[in-house]
Amino acid sequence: MTKSTDGEIVHFDNVGLRYGTDREVLSDVSFTLFPGSFYFLTGASGAGKTSLLKLLYLAQRPSRGMIRMFGTDAITLPRERLPMLRRRLGVVFQDFRLVQHLSAFDNVALPLRVAGVPERDLAKPVADMLDWVKLGERMHALPAQLSGGEQQRVAIARAVIGRPEMLIADEPTGNVDPDMAIKLLRLFEALNRMGTTVVVATHDVHLLRKVPDSLIMRLDKGRLSDPTGALRYPPRPSGGFGARG
Amino acid sequence: MPQGRLAGPMPWVIAIMVALTVIAAAAGLALSNTARNAADALSGGVTVQVVEANPAERDRQARAAARVIQAMPGVEDVHIVSQEEVEKLIEPWLGARTGEDQIPVPALVDVRLRDPVDGEKLGAIRSQVRSVAPAARVDAQSSWLKPVFKAIDSLQWLALALVALLGAALAAAVLLAVRNALGVNRETIEVVHLLGGTDAQIARIFQRAIGFDAAGGGAVGLALGLVAVLFLGQRFSGLEAGLVDSGALDWFDWLLLALIPIAGVLLAMLTARQTVVRALRKML
Repeated sequence: MTKSTDGEIVHFDNVGLRYGTDREVLSDVSFTLFPGSFYFLTGASGAGKTSLLKLLYLAQRPSRGMIRMFGTDAITLPRERLPMLRRRLGVVFQDFRLVQHLSAFDNVALPLRVAGVPERDLAKPVADMLDWVKLGERMHALPAQLSGGEQQRVAIARAVIGRPEMLIADEPTGNVDPDMAIKLLRLFEALNRMGTTVVVATHDVHLLRKVPDSLIMRLDKGRLSDPTGALRYPPRPSGGFGARG
Repeated sequence: MPQGRLAGPMPWVIAIMVALTVIAAAAGLALSNTARNAADALSGGVTVQVVEANPAERDRQARAAARVIQAMPGVEDVHIVSQEEVEKLIEPWLGARTGEDQIPVPALVDVRLRDPVDGEKLGAIRSQVRSVAPAARVDAQSSWLKPVFKAIDSLQWLALALVALLGAALAAAVLLAVRNALGVNRETIEVVHLLGGTDAQIARIFQRAIGFDAAGGGAVGLALGLVAVLFLGQRFSGLEAGLVDSGALDWFDWLLLALIPIAGVLLAMLTARQTVVRALRKML
């Protein structure tokens, strides 16, 4: 385990990822994410956005390099200690990954139950969260009974219910109309203002302009570039994003 | 997991396994009781046979043998088996014996010692009897049933092996059901993992589901097994054979049988837990 480094939430150092014996889908990726910042991860389809997010939400170990999360070396961390790190994250999956036999309420309650929150303390926060995403009246519906947009909002509610330190969202506005996309972005911004670090992967360039203070990480064929200059060292004084080149 | 169940037929598979285990265990316990009771009954028994064609001489030697044995230390009871009793005993094989063409049968003296018969006591009786009844043969009653005891012993091992095999089959059935459930619910398990769920939490869900299935199946299996055991017990008691009757189950045996479904539930839950934990270790 690596010693905690003040002021950073995630640090990637020369990270590479390959599946099997194929060529690397991510190469020499190095960056640092700082608490309370808002990041967009962009790139064409197949650029490696989802692979990078998988490394971020600890669904995958890299083939090489070093990853430090919350001051902990995530590469050498024993797998039985991974759940404690994962509970500090909120993830909105591209395909939502809702549990199909659970209602919207139970899907949103899942992270709290996993974290051991007693049943009596679940109902109000979950209902409030569903109200917040305008699904208060659909809380008993199964995912199959919800539209794509509604499922996406359930997935978002599930990701943020535990007040995560970092929210990772993979194309969170992909299945909603433009108005709802803006609302969701405002929701992410509100969370960000409360201190949550937000990483949103999107290929929608128009979305980037909607969050003025956001920082952009661009992936091109598995390599990270720096269109906002955030990869310069030292980190920008105003922003929360920094990385070494 | 959906409906908290692993697989539809699982409770019935467990019910069948438990029923068969109860029957096999009951048979093993009954055989054990039979062997123990027979051994207890025969352990102090000695039989003296006087093989003499002349009826008068045969009776004289039998009485003389009974007299000298009665005077020996450690002898509890000596009983000369009457001719009528002997003929009744051999009637099933030789038929009713009437007329003058009867085959001579030995005179029998039934001796009961206070302690189990050993070689030394048997030798002492033989030497005493030989002086007064040269046509007498002295045998420990337990030695006659040695082949029967050996057969019972083998059957007991067979019952034990059956119980062990049924336990293994139950574990295998649970393992297959859990593996199937793991495959079907893989997506959900991955999501729970990514939300911070631990292996222990996921294993607990499977354990609980299989525990419910095993408890329901075990109760049905126990009921089926007990019905079969009671039915068979009734049929065997109808034989009115001493050896078979002595195999009746006592309260401790019934308690052991009642513990079989509990052991089945524990075995199923343990198997489920091990299977899930082992499978989850392959995931990140």
